[in-house]
Order: sequence, then structure tokens, then C-alpha cells
Amino acid sequence: MLNAKIPAGPLDNKWNNYKGSVRLVNPANKRKLEIIIVGTGLAGASAAASLGELGYKVKAFCFQDSPRRAHSIAAQGGINAAKNYQNDGDSVYRLFYDTVKGGDYRSREANVHRLAEVSTSIIDQCVAQGVPFAREYGGLLSNRSFGGTQVQRTFYAAGQTGQQLLIGAYQALERQVALGNVTMHSRHEMLELVIIDGKARGIIARNLITGELERHFSHAVLLCTGGYGNVFYLSTNAMGSNVTAAWKAHKNGANFANPCFTQIHPTCIPVSGDHQSKLTLMSESLRNDGRIWVPAKKGDTRKPFDIPEEERDYYLERRYPAFGNLVPRDVASRAAKERCDAGYGVGTSKQAVYLDYADAIERYGKSEVNKRNLGDISHEAIIELGKEVVKEKYGNLFDMYEKITGENPYQFPMRIFPAVHYTMGGLWVDYELMTKIEGLYALGECNFSDHGANRLGASALMQGLADGYFVIPYTVGNYLSDEIRTGTIPTSHPAFEAAEATVKSRLEKLKNINGTQTVESFHKRLGKIMWDKCGMARNEEGLKEAIAEIQQLKREFWSDVRIPGEINAMNLELDKAGRVADFIELGELMCLDALTRNESCGGHFREEFQSPDGEALRDDANYMFVSAWKYQNESEWELQKEELLYDVVKPSQRSYK
Amino acid sequence: MQHYTMNLTLKVWRQKNTSAQGNFETYSVKDISSEMSFLEMFDVLNERLITEGKEPVAFDHDCREGICGMCSMVINGRPHGPWKTNTTCQLHMREYKDGDTIVVEPFRANAFPVLKDLMVNRGAFDRIIQSGGFVSVNTGNAVDGNAMPVEKSKADEAFSAATCIGCGACVAACKNSSAMLFVSAKVAHLSLLPQGEPERKSRVVNMIGQMDKEGFGSCTNTYSCEAECPKGISVLNIARLNREYLAASFSGDKN
Repeated sequence: MLNAKIPAGPLDNKWNNYKGSVRLVNPANKRKLEIIIVGTGLAGASAAASLGELGYKVKAFCFQDSPRRAHSIAAQGGINAAKNYQNDGDSVYRLFYDTVKGGDYRSREANVHRLAEVSTSIIDQCVAQGVPFAREYGGLLSNRSFGGTQVQRTFYAAGQTGQQLLIGAYQALERQVALGNVTMHSRHEMLELVIIDGKARGIIARNLITGELERHFSHAVLLCTGGYGNVFYLSTNAMGSNVTAAWKAHKNGANFANPCFTQIHPTCIPVSGDHQSKLTLMSESLRNDGRIWVPAKKGDTRKPFDIPEEERDYYLERRYPAFGNLVPRDVASRAAKERCDAGYGVGTSKQAVYLDYADAIERYGKSEVNKRNLGDISHEAIIELGKEVVKEKYGNLFDMYEKITGENPYQFPMRIFPAVHYTMGGLWVDYELMTKIEGLYALGECNFSDHGANRLGASALMQGLADGYFVIPYTVGNYLSDEIRTGTIPTSHPAFEAAEATVKSRLEKLKNINGTQTVESFHKRLGKIMWDKCGMARNEEGLKEAIAEIQQLKREFWSDVRIPGEINAMNLELDKAGRVADFIELGELMCLDALTRNESCGGHFREEFQSPDGEALRDDANYMFVSAWKYQNESEWELQKEELLYDVVKPSQRSYK
Repeated sequence: MQHYTMNLTLKVWRQKNTSAQGNFETYSVKDISSEMSFLEMFDVLNERLITEGKEPVAFDHDCREGICGMCSMVINGRPHGPWKTNTTCQLHMREYKDGDTIVVEPFRANAFPVLKDLMVNRGAFDRIIQSGGFVSVNTGNAVDGNAMPVEKSKADEAFSAATCIGCGACVAACKNSSAMLFVSAKVAHLSLLPQGEPERKSRVVNMIGQMDKEGFGSCTNTYSCEAECPKGISVLNIARLNREYLAASFSGDKN
């Protein structure tokens, strides 16, 4: 059993007690301690800024051309915080409880409670930085509701919340760069972790412009590298999002926890053909007003507006009358898949359902008539008024849909389908966010800790910033207080030599295969295996097949991939090849994890384990643990477990009916 | 919507690195679907080049949903191509028809040196932000988020300016390679909010100073920046920037 080092005491005192008794590093010593941060999204940028402010010497790395590009920027909906500004009964406990329940009781109570506690400070910090959150006419902050909760606790900046929060953190980071506390290395990719005497002491990074390998020393290394959804090839992640840094850490001894817990988001724009390179999310907030339906008759090819009301199946409202279109993401996604698999899908691919705004437009139109006292006006005029309101609320999302599909969503219902969006699994960390390697930390989506088997909307931004602004500044000090005598280890140390040699030989090996197939073609094939057999629904037979197919794909990759260009220069195909090679290995572990978890929970749905009405069936007696895989050898892992103890929340069957 | 396929001729800027001489190469691409995005069309070209043993075209891109600001390209003379308030990654091939020729170049400006092919170095923008594009508030310093109400109209205006994605299209569109729209968006965002007030004067002076140091040109009010901005950032921000700069320059105390 793994020890998460959760502080003793009652749940709501743990973090305060920890902060009160944690060891500190004095300001003069902070200047002598170096910290490497890999990845500069919300978690990485906020950590780099906060640690720079404290006086540590920080080196930050990102593969993009600027930290402001990190994919946190694409988050649309909002960020939760237990402010209770709406006086609607919210509290730290409720946010904690909703998150634990939403995660289907597979997350760690102490971490989630801490997350809920610091959530309020995040909003204050962001406002102080000048993040332009939406406001009411009185000048105070505005809130909206989000899937899976019954209070309004989501703060937002139109449909661009992630962008505004990231730019706030980015600006704070750039300020530390100007002050000389942070050195920024953009267009660099971490390709190996350096471990000396069992402790993380640095990284080998490739300069993506020149192709040079660089050695960087530090007293602690923080991985803030995001999720691994691109293992599916098609996902809402950015093209460059990858698992490579985390995977190197894993192969060097960090456990990978719950890798099969993947979030499939219900409202994405469907695939249009084989050329598709990525998928685009339509914010969950659209489900606040839109109604989701398919034709009640199988294979109905009529245009949506030719299908009368009584021949439509609003299947979420039918199956889940209490939450309706606002059920959590995992539930909504599975329900869409169920209808499409049964032959009721719409569009040319039949892999889509309608998200219809006709009712909302009419409802808003009528309320405008009342508000403006317009009296008896035509139906067309009412619809026009309604469209204006919808445009104000969701205009940027509707525009995005029209750009991608060429269809006007104000006239026709949108077609949507679930897509891979977020990975709850990640590097196993203890309460202090330290991995199984001493001095190596994982923050944000890169770790596994807070969302269990399913993440609630508007909580990814919250976790990234909580870890970076308010958790790591305390916990890393507790470790570094013992490191003040370490001094600077020169990068001529044999461990750096060896790590660089490993990277070099791997790059040469990849380049020298000189086969016939492109990196992209392998990635696509991996994605198809994962989506078909380790996607929204999994079963034993399919997972076993997937493992065999992935092993075969790996052999083919390492004997037939073709990478043009040079090693010692910019080489985008070489960069991509390294990432895909790691995704292939991770894919196998995800299938193994899904195969050994003989229950359904959250985003992990094993077809063998469902209730008679098709809901996920948890097995708390046998599976209330974190699967933290330890790498042994090629295709060989040891399953280590962290038992999940629920002292405060009583796990129950999740019901949204 | 009717979907179709097309064959196209592409004239693409190829340049090995910053110091090398670049030139246009002509490629033909076949069976491009009208449903593809512009970058997916480039994916098709690159896959073919790799199988032919040639080097693929290097271009910047990441989110492919129009928000990260990483993609660039000047397409038939226009940064981010022909669609209004749109990024290259969101341009779709239904814009084109069979037989079209498309000329694709990198963003061109002295302050944005070409790294390779269509990829440029926009580090100058980061350095401009470092010079003052922030509020100096350390983590933990903040008061309650609702302690200071902000007039909704000002908050909305600040938000509109803050939606800048830092892509650099404004610079590429400007005949003087001026970065005024980018700088003005940040200055407007922060000077409209009470949180930005304490550093209001030093910020605008320092950011303008850094902009000049980076080698961006001057603004001559042609408004081509606004016309090509994928986020529709208004040139009214430049007017605000000029006011802020004048006020700061004429006041003795720089803060």
C-alpha cells in the first residue's frame, strides 16, 4: 500500500495544521535553491510566478513559443470557487462534497478538501491580477451554474475563462522573468529526468530550434505538463499536448495512477472525415439552455425541422428527469453513444446527436417581449429577439460552430458528439504533490489526485491554479529545507552524462529506422485502437485485443517509421515521433489498467459491470483504491495500491434520475 | 451544405533557418475536401512530402481552435487568410474552389525573424509584457474579489481588450510593422481596471519603450491591424494608448 502522507486530524483542519507546522526555508537560502518547472499552463505558470516571488531561482520550460500558448488557454466555461456570493447555500464542504461525488468516490478526500478550501483565494488572486471576470451591473462578480451541481459557484469571463486566467498567470510569470527570478526556456522539450542518489536533480531538454541537447540542474523538479488525451489521436487537446515528460518520470520510478480514467466530453463538434486532426469542444454551458435529442425512429433521414415534436426523443430528459440535460459529463456522453450505437444517430456519419436551441430562442424571445413591453408582435419577431439574447450569451460558441461546420446554428440544431477531453489519471502524488521520486512533483492535470474517476465542469482550472499558487509554495519548501546544504551539482556529473547519452541514442535510433510510414499514420492507428477498445465503453475481450494490437503497433513503429530531416536542427517530425512512441507505451498501460479494474466508475465504463438500466456499477468492496502502476520492464508493470478512506463522505450510488 | 473536393496549387515560402535565403516552392495538392481546415490541408501536403523523402513544411500551430495564438501564415497576402476575425487554424477549405492557387508566406517583420519556413520568432511580444504588462501583486496579497466593485461597462471593455491572443497578425498586416494594436490592447485592459491603476503611468511608458527597442515601426493609422485581427481588437485602444502615454509623459511623477 502506498502512503499518501495525509496529515492527521479532522478533515477541515488538515491543511491549516500542515501549513502551521511545515518546515520553512529562510529568504537568504531560497536564493540558493533552484527549481525546474516543466510546462507553463495554469499549474506551471502560477507555480513559476509564486516560487519566483518567494525568491527561489526558477527555470521554466515549455515546448510552445511562449508560455501564453499553453492549452489551459482553451478552457471555456469557468472556474469554481466556494465563495457563496450568491447566498445559495454553497460552502467549502459542498464544493468538496460535489467534487468527491462527481468523481464517483475514487479521489482522495484530503486533497479535494484542500482544493475546495483554497478555491476562494484563487478568485481573489486572479481579480487582483486584473483578470476581467464577468460582472453584474452593480460591479460585483457574476456566477453561473454548471453540470453536476445545484449552486451557482462558477466564475467566468465569457467563453474564454481559461484564456483570461492563463494570461493572468503568464503576466505574473513574465514579471518574475523581468525581475530575474525566473529564466524562461520556450521551444524546449524535456526528454529525460536526471536522478542523483534517488533524488530528482535536473532534466535533459532539447532546444527545438537548434536540436541541441541541454543539461539543467535543480534541487527539485515540478512537472506541470497537462494531460495525455492525445493518446486517442483525436481529442480536444492541442496538437502538441503530450505525455513525454511525465512518461520519462514514470519510467524512472514515478508511479502512474489510474491511467484509464479518461473524460469524454459530451458536447464536441463531430468528426467530419479521415482528414480530421483534432476535435473542438463546445462549452458545457450550452447544456444550460440547449436540449439534446435524436429522432425517435431509427434511421430517420428527414431534416431536423421536418421531424415533429412527438417523433423526437429527448433522451436525457427521458432517462434523467431530475437533472435532464445537465447530468454530469460521463453520464451524458454514454447516453449519446448508446443512442448512436442503437442506430438513432444523425448527420452523414450517424455519429452525432442534436443540440437544439429552438426552445431557448423562443423562451428568451417571449421574455424579451415582456421585459420591453412590446405587446402583440409576430412569431418571427419574437424569434429574432430570442436569437439576440442567445447571441449575447453564447455568441462566440455559435460562431465557432459555424466556422467549422459551415452551418448556421441559429437556424439548424447543432450536431454534437462526445470526444476525449481530459485525463483524470496521471502521475501518482502524495498529499504534498510529490511523486514516488523524491524531489519530483506533479501539478495540475499531470497528476491524478483530485478528480477521481470523473471531473466536474469548471474544476480543472481551479485545480491547476490551486496547485500552483497555493499548494506547492508550501509543500516544496518542506522538502527544500533539507536541501540547503546540497549546493549546485555541476552538470558534468556522471548522472547528467548518462541521461544525455540515453536521449541521444534514442533520437539516433528513431532517426535511423528510416522506414516507410509516417509518424502521423502510427498515431492515427493508435488512436483508433484506443477509441474503439478503451474509450467510452470497455470490455475484457476488447481490452485484451487492444493490448496485443498496441504491442504489434509498437514493433511496427520501431521498425518502419520514417523521420526526414536532421537530428541537430529543428525537426518537428522527430519531436512528434518521440511523443507518439511514448503514447504507444502509455496506451498499453491504460488498457491494462482498464482490464484490471473490474467495475464501472465515472469515465471508466466496463460493459460487464452495469445495472439493468445501463448505469455504471461500482464495486466499493473490492476497488476502492488508486491503481498506481510502477514500471518494471517493457510491457511489465507492478500494481501498487493506495487505499481510499472516506472518513467524512459516505459513498453511495450516484444518481441523477 | 454541399461538400466537394478540389485540386490546388500552393506556393509556399521555404527557408531553412533564420540566416538562410528563402524562396517560394510550388506544390500541387489533390483531392482536398471542402470540409478540411486550412492546416489539415497542410497536413496532407506534409504527409506526402515525408513519404517522398522530403522535409515537411514547418509552421506553428497548437490548439487549432483559434485561441492559443500560435498559428500564423500570410495567405494570399492576408495574415490568417481571407475570413474576418478568424485565425489560420479556423479557416476552412470551403473558401476555395478547384484549380485555385494559394500563396503562403510567414508573418513578415524585422522584429519577427523567420525561424524556418512559415515559423517566426515572436519573443518580442513576451519581452514587451515583461516591461510592464502586468499588475505587481504577489500570490497571497489579494483582498476579497468583491472588495472593489468594477463598473460593468469598464469590465466589459477591459475584457474586450484582454481577448488579444498575441498572435502578431496586427504586426504582419501593418506596412510599418507596428505593434501598437498589441501594446494598446494590454495597456487598455489594465488601465481600465482599478487593479491596474497604481502602475498605470509607468506601464504605458515602459511598454512603449520596449516596443521601440524591439524594432517595431510607428503607427500611421491605416487600421489594417484592426481589419486583420482575429479577435476584432479595436483601434480605439490605440487612441486610448496615445492618451495614456501623453498623460504619463507630461506628468512629473512616473507612477
